[in-house]
Amino acid sequence: MSSPAPGSLVAKLRVQRGEFLLDVELDCGPGITCVMGPSGSGKSTILAVLAGLAVPDRGTVTLGGQTWLDTAAGIDVPVHARRLSYMFQGLALFPHMTAQRNVEYGIHHLERGERATRAIALLDRLGVKHLAARRPRTFSGGEAQRVALARAIAPAPKLMLLDEPFSALDRDLRAQLTKLVRDQVAELGIPLIHVTHSIAEARLLADQVLRIERGKIVDRGTAADVLKDITALED
Amino acid sequence: MSWAPLALSLEIATLAMLVALVFGTGIAVLLTWKRVPFREFFYAVVCAPLVLPPTVLGYYLLVALGTNSAIGRAWESMFGSPIVFTFTGAVIAAAVGSLPMVVRAARIGLEAVEPNLIAAARTLGARPARVLVTVTLPLAAPAIIAGAMLAFARALGDYGITQMVAGQMINGTETASIHVMNALYGGREGDARNMAIVTTLVGVGLLYVANRVLKKLAGGAHV
Repeated sequence: MSSPAPGSLVAKLRVQRGEFLLDVELDCGPGITCVMGPSGSGKSTILAVLAGLAVPDRGTVTLGGQTWLDTAAGIDVPVHARRLSYMFQGLALFPHMTAQRNVEYGIHHLERGERATRAIALLDRLGVKHLAARRPRTFSGGEAQRVALARAIAPAPKLMLLDEPFSALDRDLRAQLTKLVRDQVAELGIPLIHVTHSIAEARLLADQVLRIERGKIVDRGTAADVLKDITALED
Repeated sequence: MSWAPLALSLEIATLAMLVALVFGTGIAVLLTWKRVPFREFFYAVVCAPLVLPPTVLGYYLLVALGTNSAIGRAWESMFGSPIVFTFTGAVIAAAVGSLPMVVRAARIGLEAVEPNLIAAARTLGARPARVLVTVTLPLAAPAIIAGAMLAFARALGDYGITQMVAGQMINGTETASIHVMNALYGGREGDARNMAIVTTLVGVGLLYVANRVLKKLAGGAHV
């Protein structure tokens, strides 16, 4: 077996929850991996384990050769030390903070002035600089997505996890944001795992597609290969 | 009519509320940690002042803080005066009685914080203490403040526990509620009525203002 590319995510996970068994192996190089499958197939569990928000019964997670999790060796790097970004389905923007403070949250270690400059620059790049002093409850769906994306990329993460963050958006807005995500990930040169139901989104974004059913990966490859005969998952 | 009992009641209620706010919030945070053993039993014990007769609670406090107790002796050797039958005793009595108000409200508020917000903070590199201070507590603040308001109201209206632990020394530990009782049984019916009316107006007025503030805070904290 060839050694993984630098910065690659390699994981082997086994999670038993009642009768449900998730048993998957991932090898994701820099670029976008779309994980697709029906509800309850284990997609979000994979993200939770990679993030360190859930612990598998057995498994290993390494990123760029650094071990984040090895249940056999008793290694479990805490969530806050993993240097990753996670965009949740509901976005999870902090409602009591302005857009700028949301973006600054993950770059707390920087000096205040530098933090503000970076946050404003990112908001500007994503076209939402005018929201800097406003709180999330006043944002439209698309604006909230852009602020959440700015917050996710601000800390220059080593891994990005997206749990259907664009599912509530209309098709045009979704296309705009998927392009933004693709550009940002290309610039950062990191793996991004994107859980989605949308075949159109996967075709547009994915370097690799993993199709998962009942906790098992049933197909993997390029979007063109994996999705060529599939229309059933389309939203 | 002397206003000293009312001033004393307000002073005791304010201090008791602050003590209950600090300890009650701390206890509520502990209660949200699933790893704390016997946490529901601990919760029931902390909330016992809601169901115990004030005299029973006062008795326990007298035993725990009295001059024969370890705490009472340690306090006296440090500060030169006992806890019981003093202003400090009255504050502690009112704080213990009002503690469940803060603990219950704060626990509800803390547990209502969206788990994804906490998870998002963690994935953005925040350690647990920072998550608590910057995300969990600010979002639970309206509930915690509501609990503190109730604690103040409870402390302001306390009679039984204060009577047991702090007695009723005129101009020393005679609170408004105790003053009403003393005035009534001392044949000063007008004095009792006036103090009752003023205490009611002050209590209702403060709660009204606090509710307005709380409503504004809640509007700003939730999407």
